[in-house]
Amino acid sequence: METLLNITIYLPLLGIPLILLSKNENMKKWSALLVTSATFLISLPLMFNFDVVNSGAAQYLTEGGRISSTLDIKYLVGLDGLSLLLFMLTTFMGPIVIISSWNSVAKHLSGYLAMLLLLQTASLGVFASLDLLVFYVFFELSLIPMYFLIGIWGGSDRIRATLKFFIYTLVGSLIMLVGLIYVGYDAGSVMSGVNFTLDWRFLSSDIYQIGLVEQTYLFLAFALAFCIKVPLFPFHTWLPYAHTEAPTAGSVVLAAIMLKMGTYGLIRVCLPLFPNAFMEFAPYMATLAVIGIIYGALVAMVQKDVKKLVAYSSVSHLGFVVLGIFALNTVAVQGAIIQMVNHGLSTGALFLIVGMIYDRRHTRMIKDFGGIAKRMPIFTVMFMIATLASIGLPGLNGFVGEFLILNGSFFSELYDNKVFAILAASGVILAAVYMLWMFQRVMFGPLENEENKKLVDLNAREIGLLVPLVIFMFWIGIHPVNFTKYSENQVTELIITSKEKSLAVLETSKTEDLPEWANSFYGVDEKTESESLMVSTN
Amino acid sequence: MESATALFSLIIALPLLGFLINGLTGLFVESYRNKKQLIGSIASTAVFIPFVIAVYFFINMNAGSEALIYKLFTWMDVGTFSVDVAYRVDQLSVMMTMVVTGVGFLIHIYSMGYMSHDEGYWKFFAYLNLFIFAMLNLVLGNNLLLLFLGWEGVGVCSYLLIGFWYTDMAKSDAAKKAFIYNRIGDFAFLIAMFMVFQTVGSLNFDVILGNLDSFTEGYMVAIGLLMFVGATGKSAQIPLFVWLPDAMAGPTPVSALIHAATMVTSGIYLISRMSPMYAMIPEVMIIISVIGALTAIVAATIAITQNDIKGVLAYSTVSQLGYMFLALGAGGFTAAMFHVVTHAFFKACLFLGSGSVIHAMEHVEHGLHKEGKDVHFDPQDMRFMGGLKKYMPSTYKTFLIATVAIAGIPPLAGFFSKDEVLAMTMNAGFVDGGSWVYMMLWGVGIITAFLTAFYMFRLTLTTFHGSFKLPTKIKEAAGSEKFLHENPWNMTTPLWILAVLAVFGGFLGVPNFIVETFTHEPAHINLLHDWLYKINADYIIEMEHWVEWVLMAVSILIAISGVWLAFRMYNNDQQEESDAKIASRFGGLYSVWKDKYNLDDVYEGLVANPTVKFSDKVLAVFDMKVVDGIVNAIAGTVRLFGSLFRYLQTGVVSSYALAFVIGVIVILYLMIS
Repeated sequence: METLLNITIYLPLLGIPLILLSKNENMKKWSALLVTSATFLISLPLMFNFDVVNSGAAQYLTEGGRISSTLDIKYLVGLDGLSLLLFMLTTFMGPIVIISSWNSVAKHLSGYLAMLLLLQTASLGVFASLDLLVFYVFFELSLIPMYFLIGIWGGSDRIRATLKFFIYTLVGSLIMLVGLIYVGYDAGSVMSGVNFTLDWRFLSSDIYQIGLVEQTYLFLAFALAFCIKVPLFPFHTWLPYAHTEAPTAGSVVLAAIMLKMGTYGLIRVCLPLFPNAFMEFAPYMATLAVIGIIYGALVAMVQKDVKKLVAYSSVSHLGFVVLGIFALNTVAVQGAIIQMVNHGLSTGALFLIVGMIYDRRHTRMIKDFGGIAKRMPIFTVMFMIATLASIGLPGLNGFVGEFLILNGSFFSELYDNKVFAILAASGVILAAVYMLWMFQRVMFGPLENEENKKLVDLNAREIGLLVPLVIFMFWIGIHPVNFTKYSENQVTELIITSKEKSLAVLETSKTEDLPEWANSFYGVDEKTESESLMVSTN
Repeated sequence: MESATALFSLIIALPLLGFLINGLTGLFVESYRNKKQLIGSIASTAVFIPFVIAVYFFINMNAGSEALIYKLFTWMDVGTFSVDVAYRVDQLSVMMTMVVTGVGFLIHIYSMGYMSHDEGYWKFFAYLNLFIFAMLNLVLGNNLLLLFLGWEGVGVCSYLLIGFWYTDMAKSDAAKKAFIYNRIGDFAFLIAMFMVFQTVGSLNFDVILGNLDSFTEGYMVAIGLLMFVGATGKSAQIPLFVWLPDAMAGPTPVSALIHAATMVTSGIYLISRMSPMYAMIPEVMIIISVIGALTAIVAATIAITQNDIKGVLAYSTVSQLGYMFLALGAGGFTAAMFHVVTHAFFKACLFLGSGSVIHAMEHVEHGLHKEGKDVHFDPQDMRFMGGLKKYMPSTYKTFLIATVAIAGIPPLAGFFSKDEVLAMTMNAGFVDGGSWVYMMLWGVGIITAFLTAFYMFRLTLTTFHGSFKLPTKIKEAAGSEKFLHENPWNMTTPLWILAVLAVFGGFLGVPNFIVETFTHEPAHINLLHDWLYKINADYIIEMEHWVEWVLMAVSILIAISGVWLAFRMYNNDQQEESDAKIASRFGGLYSVWKDKYNLDDVYEGLVANPTVKFSDKVLAVFDMKVVDGIVNAIAGTVRLFGSLFRYLQTGVVSSYALAFVIGVIVILYLMIS
């Protein structure tokens, strides 16, 4: 099985020479499709054989040798409850992304497909890595193909957009790198026999504790990197640029998978490593998340470009995810995890849909459309379903995530304030406003524009690539238990162990001489008792 | 699956199946769209069988029966939160199921005639089935979340059906408006659910209502208010009612089914379902009654001024829904449900009748066009009608019966239910800790009853009595009455069935005091009350019998005087003079009514437009200039320093990238080996 995991991660790379060797365009496309489809099929047993009960323990582990005897840097991949769904989402989106760009790539087809495949491996690597240095490598690696995808195959302002995207996210991750190196040596000093380690299993265990002052700085460094990636308000401005300029496939991968690396990092790294800082910063993060939800929605509402509107809606939706993560109870965190998948499906679908209409009309401006429901009934149905999923209609996937997140945040002990959940819930009204308003202006009304009268409905290829997404929107909406079960146990355990760890750190801190601000920020003296109560009741 | 569960599942599954068959086949197979007979039959059967099953469940149940719970599967289960897709068949839900599927079936039949020339026929029936499916989830769901699924589901169907003729921007505007106003209510509903779950750790009705003592006073009041706000959205009460009149943009059968008989009564159903909780929070109860009474009278005053036949009925619906809330807040949960049922009968009949009239008027317009006359008029404007009773006898008779029913003339259905609503309102002033406010609200209710009788007869008389006015209004339309004719059987049969129900429906809830006065012992002629006693926490009647007799006499007198006045003013083609007379008598007040209290302008001017403007002119600019500006400024500063080191660097990102990839490969190689 562990071989299967490795094959899944690297199989897309195998497609690159295949594409370069292919003689004509069709063969290139078919080889890319073949490789990504094979990757998806091979990944399925990983899901079916996953031990749900022990989702807290990494499964299908491959552990390479240490880079040197004292540096515990090693190839370490495996899947656990936190990563499984996102890993599967990535393999699932692979073929869809290839098919989506079947006819829309005008130049350098080989390079384009190669970049998508490289991106696939990098993304799978991010979710499977359990050594944080390997994680970091894949995290950075994923930037490069996306950089080229936007920069070469993007719209008219692509250079500026891709530079902004690249440099902004790179700055964040470089700061994270500094943090990683610090953690590596710090942890190495605790682990016997080595002086550097970034093995997540060790870092997240209760053996390794980081002092409060260091936690503060490290949390900020890591959180910054992840928040830029999410992107959380106010670090989001690269996203609308990147999305408007990116080719459809780029937008789909960006929205469906790459943004999730940010929220995933917050749970995977920030929570278990810096539990005290995570918990103390939670209200601040939640504040940004709630601002993002409302702000993103309001700005989305007045966009004139459909794609930009969807991009801003992502800011709003990812705000829900962050809110859920920092609520730190099983209900909300589980909601956040399923919402990551949901956002991938529904926003991915929305970008595909925008791409389909762009392929036909070479415009994405709302004012250029109107009344096209008449010409494109199947398209209308698909668009409607994706829209309703996006605005959180019960019975579709988005509702499950949003409801669990809001419900969990409402009784979160960390926030201890209902205002977060209540304000965030107002996002459900705003989402209906901006999505339905856009939908109406694009699809309804009289069909007046001559260009629009020539529109033809979706072809089999386009239907075929939306249908799987739609099936999952309903499946998760109606029977989410099939999906939430994978992360259930790990999330529950992770929350408990992180809370316990934070208490332990607090205990240790009492004996230490901390600066004044750290004492008061973490409430070292007064807080311990009430927090221990929290652990016992949860 | 047990056989009972399987049988029950059919109630839910068949409408869904009907939706899928007609929807998917229609979408992908173009030739299927013309098989109208088949499409209509599938859709109607998918509602009729559930009706029969519901009746079967009803027959096998008695007033004391425990609720039957049918769990199909677990919906969500994470952490401490778990909720099932489970249904609850009890006295209340079985009654609602019968109304929804029964009236729903009749409207399906009617639609087969009404929509027969529409190219979106298949879509229409698919949506109707989907609506029934959602509505059944709403009334049968065993927990708040499943109810909410139905609640939002009916909202989407309403959206799709109001905007059914979507090429008309005004119609799709109305659809969007309905959905968004509903969402405002849903937002409150969501918060209420969070509070419930936080307190009792479940959303199941049994758990919630069995643990009412674990709620703090503040929480219970908040939950009660929030759920009521949710109800004001769905059931079109002040301040959220403005979407319902616009919703008339949808095809008329939709107005009858969704915006009169079923969906808009969801809010009343919800509060009735939660009645044991509401009975514990009198301060919220009084708010519900006040809002209900205000809505009733506000909508009634608007109804007097409207000329659109469906517009009058729409405001009338808002007004009647107000009555239901008035009763709820007065502890008359059963009275409210009673009015839900009778209203479903007579209002569905009225809407379908108006549809029949509109259909005929459209036919006139088409007939004129065929003669080469370019005549355009609004087929819903009653000023062009008049004298239709001669041409459309069935429509006229059924419409008249339903009008008599809604006007509150005994012994038709509306009389009994409205009388009970008003009696319960007065009664709430008498019960322990009751408030004088309720007695005032009774007065508001009585005035509204007068207005109801008046505007409903204004509508009926203007439409059906006197002479056909189109030829006198538009010269070219002379002789156009020859195009007027009664509609086919599949449209008139449902009208007659509903009219019969509007006549006899009231006998479900004949007040007990009528018998008790003479026998001096508890009577059981109020069937509905006996049927729902386990579910509804009604206030006990504290009034003396003679008070009840007086109240009943007053409401009969009021209804008759409303009818009498309408006959005097509208029986002989005097509509426009009489309207002008009222306008001059009431002056400014009348224009307020005519302008619908300007609520739309207020909402648009104070909330919608400023929000859009603020987002567009401030936030979007702020995002570009300030948030992104700071990022650019930081980048710019760095670049300034960076230019000093320019010579060390190639400046081409791709070469960095290449270097990076090589580095990565080297490291990976080292680690794996």
